[in-house]
Amino acid sequence: MNQSGMQTAPEAGRAMLENIELTKPNGGDERDLAKIRLQYAKESDPVGSLPEPKQAGMAAVLMDKLGERLAFERAGTRLYDALMVKCAADGSAGIPAKDLKHIRDEEATHFALIGAAIQSLGGDPTAQTPSADVAGVEGMGLMQVLTDPKTTVVQALHAILVAEMTDNAAWEELIELVSEAGNDELVERFTEARDEEQEHLEKVQDWYKAATLASANGG
Amino acid sequence: MKPSLLENRGVPLEKQKFTWRDLVQKPISKLDDDAYTRVRIILMNGIELEAHHFSHSAARMNKALQLPLAQIRRVEQHQATMINWLIGADHSPLETTIAYEQVAIDVTAAVAMNEPDDYLAQVYRFGLLEDFDHLYRYSALLDRLEGKDANNILQSYTDILPGRPTVDEHRAPQDDLRNPYDRKSAAPLSKLHALTIMAAEQQTHNYYMNIGPMYSDPVARQLYAEIASIEEQHVTQYESIIDPEESWLEKWVMHELGEVYNYHGCMQQESNPRIKAIWERFLDYELGHLQMACELFKKHEKRDLEEILPESLPEPIPFASQREFVRETLAGEVDLRANGAGIVPKSKESKASLAYRKQMNADGSPSETVSAGYKWAPGSELKLKVA
Repeated sequence: MNQSGMQTAPEAGRAMLENIELTKPNGGDERDLAKIRLQYAKESDPVGSLPEPKQAGMAAVLMDKLGERLAFERAGTRLYDALMVKCAADGSAGIPAKDLKHIRDEEATHFALIGAAIQSLGGDPTAQTPSADVAGVEGMGLMQVLTDPKTTVVQALHAILVAEMTDNAAWEELIELVSEAGNDELVERFTEARDEEQEHLEKVQDWYKAATLASANGG
Repeated sequence: MKPSLLENRGVPLEKQKFTWRDLVQKPISKLDDDAYTRVRIILMNGIELEAHHFSHSAARMNKALQLPLAQIRRVEQHQATMINWLIGADHSPLETTIAYEQVAIDVTAAVAMNEPDDYLAQVYRFGLLEDFDHLYRYSALLDRLEGKDANNILQSYTDILPGRPTVDEHRAPQDDLRNPYDRKSAAPLSKLHALTIMAAEQQTHNYYMNIGPMYSDPVARQLYAEIASIEEQHVTQYESIIDPEESWLEKWVMHELGEVYNYHGCMQQESNPRIKAIWERFLDYELGHLQMACELFKKHEKRDLEEILPESLPEPIPFASQREFVRETLAGEVDLRANGAGIVPKSKESKASLAYRKQMNADGSPSETVSAGYKWAPGSELKLKVA
């Protein structure tokens, strides 16, 4: 039985309500927290700098975002590794293992593609850029959901959906950046990758919808 | 005559003050700061936490010391906070784990190289090869779970290779106890080394016990459970090399001396000026603590400080890559095992340890599973697998 709500303990719940009257707080509100956060924000250093060789303007933005994509595709490969386990543990969602494997391998290929692109622009694909670091922080929740034996296929697909939607938007952005930089070769390669990512998103959306409906129907 | 290191009286306790804002400073940059800045932060947090734990134990056994212990402990609490909060939250717990193992490898290797006592040096090399293996296992987990490269944390200072296999490190308790140094004849440096490494390992144990259950992945949970158990063995090993005949007050003075010694080493070698200023400030605080502990030692034990204190601080522990030393040790000593207090060839390992290991590994080995077929490669092992 889920015991988290107050209705499961009506009497204790009523006693809890008395807390509202019993608490006589000092003045102020959540804006006081904002003041402290603002102070830290003003004094904070950035996450880090871009790896050498130092670049400026569009080239710097591109390198940072390439690093972010590299980190995301690498982590994405691992998310699909976890989703494959999840679907193997519960086959009722009917998601073909070969489709999952196909997407997983494409994520790994995109990781390699970005690494080669960074190298072609004179960058270091082994370095972590600031946006790559932040993407790692963002991805922690997704990893936790996907690797948790307790989560369902539907919950795992929701997490993958978050990843794929972000991924699609990010590839669009990358294509704009390399296009702006006049790098036609990368525009072509990234467009192919973006098309593959669109397919991933469509598939995940379909699986997610079907699995949610199936769970509503007791499936 | 008193040792010259007591001539600098540091900052008196009543002037050692903090605010909450002061405690919570800007963290270091995971990307831009040198890996050894992070290593020093982790080490000094461990040193402070050991001081804290020791102080509580001493207070429980010594009524007369409870007040001064509580007064100094309050400052140490806040020193530990300021230091530990310097690790940025963009380090995942597993990335911080990689840094903990870098501490365990490079600091233990430096200690093993400079340890004047041959037996103790052997003990450090023995432990070193086990922590070295943990780094390899955790690096595999980081790549395979979070999709990250451990070398972004290690900054190429420390190798990612198998050491003494973690699966073989599980020993019966009697094979983790070593012989202690003799408090009367041991070199001051030996005492400081032992306290430092014991503190670092104890903190690592506590850290793994706290963050292991934060992962939902059962493989990660198993790996932390397995390696936390080895860290418990390491704490057992390293506390056993410290002479148990030292009195409470003698141990207290040695703890304060250890803090002075390590802050001094950190201050000398720190590359980040803001962090260097913290080491300098806390060195002055610790000199104040050392003065207090020494006064209490003289008052209660009626012994001369020269009996336990060196004339001056020994050379600091170097914070640097120890790649060559670790590789040499690995080549020569990976097959050594423990039997009682002795470090012995594999063939002489105790039956008790073999039986214990068999039991613990009966349902499989998390450290073997997580790194099955794993080779570190720049960026990820995926690089070796994707054309």
